Amino acid sequence: MASRTGKIGAITAACGVGLLIIGSLGFLLPHADMSRVATADFAALRFTLLQAALSAAASCLLAIPLARALFRTQFWGRAALIRLISAPFILPSLAAVMGLLAVFGRGGVLNDTLAAVGAPQMSIFGLGGVVLAHVFLNLPLATRMLLNGWGSVPTERFRLAQSLSFGRREMFVHLEWPMLRAPLPSIFAVIFLVCLTSFSVALILGGGPRATTVELGIYQSLRFEFDLSRAANLALMQTAICLLAVAFMAAVWRPAGFGAGLDRRVQLRGVWWDGPVIALAALFFALPLVAIAARGLAGLMDLPNGFWMAAGRSIFVAVTSAFLAVWAALMLAMARARGAGIWAELAAMLPLGTSSLALGVGAFLALRPVMPPQNAALTLAILFNAALALPFVYRLLLPACREVQAGYARLMTTLRMPYWAMLRVVFVPRLAPIIGFGLGLSAAMAVGDFGVIALFGAADQPTLPILAARLMGAYQMQAAASVTLWLILIAFALFWLFDHLGGRDAGA
Amino acid sequence: MKTILLAAGGAFLATIAAAETPVLNVLTYDSFTTEWGPGPAIEAGFEATCACDVQFQTAGDGAALLARLQLEGAATTADVVVGLDTNLADTARQTGLFAPVQPAETTLPVAFSDANFVPFDWGWFAFVYDKKQLSTPPKSLAELAESDVKIIIQDPRSSTPGLGLVLWVKAAYGDGAAALWEKLADNIVTVTPGWSEAYGMFLEGQADMVLSYTTSPAYHLIAENDDSKAAAPFAEGHFMQIELAGRLAGSDQPALADQFLTYLLGDAAQTALITTNWMYPARTPAAGLPKGFETLITPAKSLTIPADQVEAMRQAAVDEWQAALAK
Repeated sequence: MASRTGKIGAITAACGVGLLIIGSLGFLLPHADMSRVATADFAALRFTLLQAALSAAASCLLAIPLARALFRTQFWGRAALIRLISAPFILPSLAAVMGLLAVFGRGGVLNDTLAAVGAPQMSIFGLGGVVLAHVFLNLPLATRMLLNGWGSVPTERFRLAQSLSFGRREMFVHLEWPMLRAPLPSIFAVIFLVCLTSFSVALILGGGPRATTVELGIYQSLRFEFDLSRAANLALMQTAICLLAVAFMAAVWRPAGFGAGLDRRVQLRGVWWDGPVIALAALFFALPLVAIAARGLAGLMDLPNGFWMAAGRSIFVAVTSAFLAVWAALMLAMARARGAGIWAELAAMLPLGTSSLALGVGAFLALRPVMPPQNAALTLAILFNAALALPFVYRLLLPACREVQAGYARLMTTLRMPYWAMLRVVFVPRLAPIIGFGLGLSAAMAVGDFGVIALFGAADQPTLPILAARLMGAYQMQAAASVTLWLILIAFALFWLFDHLGGRDAGA
Repeated sequence: MKTILLAAGGAFLATIAAAETPVLNVLTYDSFTTEWGPGPAIEAGFEATCACDVQFQTAGDGAALLARLQLEGAATTADVVVGLDTNLADTARQTGLFAPVQPAETTLPVAFSDANFVPFDWGWFAFVYDKKQLSTPPKSLAELAESDVKIIIQDPRSSTPGLGLVLWVKAAYGDGAAALWEKLADNIVTVTPGWSEAYGMFLEGQADMVLSYTTSPAYHLIAENDDSKAAAPFAEGHFMQIELAGRLAGSDQPALADQFLTYLLGDAAQTALITTNWMYPARTPAAGLPKGFETLITPAKSLTIPADQVEAMRQAAVDEWQAALAK
């Protein structure tokens, strides 16, 4: 009985996502004509894959020492720091670019320092800059997911290791590597997929048309040339890559197999470089954030007309889509952990490899015969934002669901627990910090989302990102920077609130 | 119960009143409708004369407007479109969605006639710089290409000014355009998806010059009392962007739409446009240009490409640009 109720939830979620994604893309893809794929499109594909792979690899490699240092070091303000370093992930990409330019660009902190010591100037533009920006945006997520991994190793194993006087090498071989091996492929794949649909960041920091991504091609063909067939080709490419990445994740995944412990915390001994690693990371994350705050501070109280309505709209979209995303992710992750097939995984990951612009245009084509699409703008924004957040929340929940399942399956079966009791007594309490984090993450991401509403453009219903874009278009750079800062503050407040409600012991 | 009836009756009357006020749907780009854009003044001004309700629909920029129309096709609810330009006019015409318009009297510096569109403002593309940072700006595209001055431009595949620059180089250099782009490549700090990212990055000091309009310095002078920005006059001449408005053939308010287009070219709307869109008016209002505009450069030569040739030229010119910069 338990399994049937669970399956219904998961299937509902899967169908919902499938309907939204395939239903939207379904109106665009029939235009595909693969014989028309140009060499320029292949060049774009090559660059897209290269930058996404490098960005994902760099984020994963850097996340290991950072998460480890954060896990085994206790210091005043640690929980606050862990929340703070999550901030870049929820930044609107243009704000992140501006923040990074203030640090690494011309006349930025870095180049001023270099000039002061007589060293040559560095240029952020190029492949290096693209990877730097993607690491800045995604390292927080990777770190947070790894921290969850470290936290999931039962205390008893660390105690055992300590009493066996494990050296650093033995610790790595017997405890850390098996633990890392479980989440790393999926962290890599998630970041790879996020970077796959990167557009502004890649173009601006890439320094020109060499850094053309597939997403720019989609934007160009939909917004500039109205070439549905080329857009469909490119969207198809993206979806194919997404499916490959999900298959890779499923193929490489191995259970960590530590079993369940007694849910207690252990204090590990740190190593001398933990402090410098944390300090360096804090600096890397904080400097651009400070720059963004400084840009927006001047006009922070000088709010443009319609600001509060736009803010209210953004918050409404964010919170509803967050709950929707977390519900769907929980259903799918539990089902997958309890033995459902790869369909659950595919449904959860599908939105990640899909261009939101392609989705938006598909939905537009789908709705056009039925109703004026702009009337559905807010509803669609909620649905699409929920879909776009689903893969992240699913990835966060899945390892934890597997741990719970591995540790408590026999007990639950013995007690013949009904599904809802299982959910309430076993899963949710153990998943609470991750659910809170997932809610916060989805809400924060949605606040900064530009995507679908911009396309449908009901002029009298702007959200904050659209308001900021309009202000920039009218020379109001200061007002735009202030609205963007408000947007970030609201996103961060939502994130903090949900993360806090999830559990005081964020992330470890 | 009585209150409910009263409320219902009130709502009913309100519906009747609303039904009696005709609605004019104006599709325009995003920045047009902000409180700093021309939208609010034009909406209020026209509503005062038309006994109608002006409602804006928006898309990102001129190109996005066109894409939106192509998506909607004949199902569009827009009556008037404001914000296409001469580079998009022919593609827009080919949708067959636009009605013929009466040619309007304008003060454009070049001859203009179009069967479907009236111009409402215009500008010259130019590279804008900060006089305090750059004392001797280049005097031509060629000189810019030879210099080590750093510029930020927009991507012609996603932005109208970006496309404008590619056509500018093409109009000035013809077959030599690719060679010029190759020389310009090392001047280009980066290429942004749209105008606002480029202009924002320029204002924060990421480059010496940015592709914008000859009228951009007027914004800083008049709105911010800052005379440090200037546009560099180039010997080859400057490419023009003429912004256009048109009426949809399928509009259910054709008379109102025509009336709106006439209003758009009238003194009130034209005056509002100058200091909100920061472009030249298509028909200079009786009071002339505001103080500050006399400080702007006037290019010796205006470059244009006839609307019916843009479509054929665009793809090749953009490919040329891309090939030269990807080297």
